[in-house]
Amino acid sequence: MIRDITIGQYYSVKSPIHALDPRVKLVATILYVVSLFCFQSFSGYVAAILFLGMMIHLSNVPFTYMVRGLKPIAVILGITVFFNLFFSSSGQILWSWGPIVLSTGGIRKALFMAFRLVLLILGSSLMTLTTTPNQLTDGMERLLAPLNKIKVPVHEIAMMMSIALRFIPILLEETDKIMKAQLARGADFETGTIIKRAKGMIPIIVPLFIAAFRRANDLAMAMEARCYRGGEGRTKMKPLKYTRKDWISYALIWGYFVCVIVVGNVLYI
Amino acid sequence: MSIILDQVTYEYEAGTSMAQKALVQVSLSIRDGEFIGLIGHTGSGKSTLTQLFNGLLLPTSGHIYYNGADITEPDYDRRKLRQKVGLVFQYPEYQLFETTILKDVQYGPGNMGLSRLEVDMRSYKALKQVGIGEDLLDASPFALSGGQKRRVAIAGVLAMEPEVLILDEPTAGLDPKGRNEILDLIAKLHKERNMTVILVSHSMEDVANYVDRMIVMNQGQVVLDNTPKKVFCHYRELEAIGLAAPEVTYVMQDLNTAGIPVAKDATTVAEAKEAILNWYRGKENRGK
Repeated sequence: MIRDITIGQYYSVKSPIHALDPRVKLVATILYVVSLFCFQSFSGYVAAILFLGMMIHLSNVPFTYMVRGLKPIAVILGITVFFNLFFSSSGQILWSWGPIVLSTGGIRKALFMAFRLVLLILGSSLMTLTTTPNQLTDGMERLLAPLNKIKVPVHEIAMMMSIALRFIPILLEETDKIMKAQLARGADFETGTIIKRAKGMIPIIVPLFIAAFRRANDLAMAMEARCYRGGEGRTKMKPLKYTRKDWISYALIWGYFVCVIVVGNVLYI
Repeated sequence: MSIILDQVTYEYEAGTSMAQKALVQVSLSIRDGEFIGLIGHTGSGKSTLTQLFNGLLLPTSGHIYYNGADITEPDYDRRKLRQKVGLVFQYPEYQLFETTILKDVQYGPGNMGLSRLEVDMRSYKALKQVGIGEDLLDASPFALSGGQKRRVAIAGVLAMEPEVLILDEPTAGLDPKGRNEILDLIAKLHKERNMTVILVSHSMEDVANYVDRMIVMNQGQVVLDNTPKKVFCHYRELEAIGLAAPEVTYVMQDLNTAGIPVAKDATTVAEAKEAILNWYRGKENRGK
């Protein structure tokens, strides 16, 4: 059940997108997300969908797999569409009943909202699906490196992030194990009042915290044993280096950014 | 009164591109009071099998019967089943959560809706059986040593007084002394409570001395199912699937190849000693 969530998971295949420098993908994702808020027209969305579609096609990640990642936000999506559809009145009013109004402006707004949410999720999950958590934090560390000058511990933050990301699947598995162990001892997580159910979580949460602390201790010990002492003077096994395809990709994403704003605002449909 | 598996297949992430078959068409029957060793390499499906026995997992296809009732039926009460089929997970000490040892052991029987007195009686009895002294009852379970924690965790399942006790790698991570103590404890429980015990392990040595039936798993299928002696006769096949027969088996085989005709089916050191002495006496007699 918990494993169905695909956001933040890496999909291991070979593709031109996988091979890009993580910095390019980070910048591209940020630009893409920003671009979605820069227009209010169907033409803009058509451009954004085409661009993302091309990127997904290039990434070799099955589209159905990506769509599965949308499942967790289906409820939010539904609520957003519902409220925009029935509670915003602009343009021509088609039907109304008390406070509920269906208008052409409302339909337009609801559609835009749905498109925007879906594209936001798909766009950012394309980055996490094609970039390993390690590459991602590496890229972030390099992009934020200038902040070192104003005493922001960039390396430490990146290290904490990569450890946190690495621990998500481990702790999920641990939760699953502990839940099963307590179920085997007759635990009941499904019936009873809210208070009873909340109390029923204690046998899971306490062992989970203990496990997390134990793992943190072990990891700290292992890092110390390898003489870890922070980022200063530390070299990388795989230093990030821009190649030609990365520069071309930068040009492409900026080209897209300018295009979509122009198309979305000038060619207003 | 028994557990019967009929053509059970279990698939992880069924229906996706990452589907993985953990068990393929497994049919088994486990009778009351048996002491079974379930052996297999990592990933052979033995842990999946244990979770099917008590309904934590449901088979992708096939049926499982407990005392004649099909536990895969949607309206079967699987919570009741888990009280009858006690499962001790690997590293069970990681499931401890209460402030005192006694309270932790009471959690299992407390979930069964028994009277206060009955819960207490069962808890005391279980703790006594696993050898946790009364002076420790109010101690924090986290203050104990690794071996003691494991005993407390086993007592936590035992206090539900299950008819079948399944233990998944109960000796993992223990030193040789702790390992023998836990195995002796399990053998004692099998005898005293007369319950069916299924001992999961990847170590032949561990189980050879204790169980009366061995089920060997490989790649989701049962490859051997017989008494330990008979199973170890197939030591070449065991090696092929990454398992090894007890050291003694190899010694006896080597003695035979060296021209000393001792009985090959000895599986414990004591049996090997007997076999070698027998051969020696026979030689002396012939010599006279």
